[in-house]
Amino acid sequence: MQPTATFFSGFTLNDLWFLGEAALKSLWISILAIAFGSAMGVVFGWLLSVSHRAGALTLAPVLDVFRSVPLIIQLVLFFNFAPMIGLRLNPFEAGLIVLIVYTSANVATVAQAGIEAVGGPMRRAARSLGMSYWQDMRYVVWPIGLRAVFPAWIGVALGVMKDSALVSVLGYVELLKASQILITRTQETFLILAIAGAFYFALSYPISHYAARLEKRWTQ
Amino acid sequence: MIEIRDLHKYFGALHVLKGINLDVEKGEVLSVIGASGSGKSTLLYCINALEMIQQGSVLVDGTDVHGKGTNVNTLRQNLGMVFQQWNSFPHLTVLENVALAPRIVRGLDKARAREIAEQQLVHVGLGGKLNNYPSALSGGQQQRLAIARALAMEPSYMLFDEATSALDPELVGEVLDTMRLLAEEGMTMICVTHEMGFAREVSDRVAFFHQGIMEEISPPEELFGAPKSEHLQKFLSKVK
Repeated sequence: MQPTATFFSGFTLNDLWFLGEAALKSLWISILAIAFGSAMGVVFGWLLSVSHRAGALTLAPVLDVFRSVPLIIQLVLFFNFAPMIGLRLNPFEAGLIVLIVYTSANVATVAQAGIEAVGGPMRRAARSLGMSYWQDMRYVVWPIGLRAVFPAWIGVALGVMKDSALVSVLGYVELLKASQILITRTQETFLILAIAGAFYFALSYPISHYAARLEKRWTQ
Repeated sequence: MIEIRDLHKYFGALHVLKGINLDVEKGEVLSVIGASGSGKSTLLYCINALEMIQQGSVLVDGTDVHGKGTNVNTLRQNLGMVFQQWNSFPHLTVLENVALAPRIVRGLDKARAREIAEQQLVHVGLGGKLNNYPSALSGGQQQRLAIARALAMEPSYMLFDEATSALDPELVGEVLDTMRLLAEEGMTMICVTHEMGFAREVSDRVAFFHQGIMEEISPPEELFGAPKSEHLQKFLSKVK
């Protein structure tokens, strides 16, 4: 009998490790995007809250663009246009930059809402005690505003974690890209996507569970 | 001493305070009465620089409140203020609400700030609520918390902006009792109020404001007993 060439091989334990490593890459790029994007978003939100008219004319339209254009388009455009302006970026760097900007645009409105959730009378009361503007922001506006918009911020963070899958279009081997590679080799679509889904759940659930507990504690 | 000279305040085109001249001596209790929109609250905001002024001056112990070099944050530590709404910090316990400003503004260590806070809370009758959150307090208790919070800065002056207006009638008494206590202890107080009984009983002088003008100022027995201005007579006939 003539030997036949085999193009496909079964799913092995090594493949599970491969998916696990890819899940960590997804987690890593998400953590960086959420951390830096949130920090930038808070600054943008503050700028929008202190300069209503100027902010509405300058910063708000720019942030609107990043919020409105689908992330996949932003990723492809930035990755392909970056070399034209002399930026040589690998898929991870390009994906991270786009995710940071996208996160910051979404966090900006959340942060603005948080700052504005603390009313003028409350802030006057704080200032009447001799607090400086920044002490008022740090000890009164931040904790009260954070509690007000924390669920919305968690929503953005979980969204970014899931949207990080789109960085795969640039060739970065995160969880979704790794799943695609394994599906091509094993043809075990259902099994691999189920495992990838379980990994995404395992990354997101602790955050939403911890957030729910924190919210409950704050409301007590 | 608080010295107000030819104070003018505008909100856009609206002339809210029209040349106020007023001295408040140390230890004096001054009540300010008048219809809504007469400029009473704005006067308090101008005294501690929560509102800017367009003309005139306000001196607190010789410091020009609206002067260019004046550090208003330092100045405000000496001018406790209690608002119509108590504005307790909802994320902090009663004790932390009062200890916060002494710690971060006066720079006291945590233990000392909490000690002062506890003293002031006992002073206003909230010694049993130290570890409660403001949401567990009644309106009257929250207003007493606001008074304790201001007193913890150990100010020389207390400004009360209609401190009982937002309270249910049955809760007004406990706040007025706390204010009476402060007056008896010799605190210098300016009280914008609609409580005529309090103004009559506790004040050294009462000022009547009408449309941004201080029309009359005199000891309470004189102001309530023999009002000179026609507007004051009308006002008193309505509130009686």
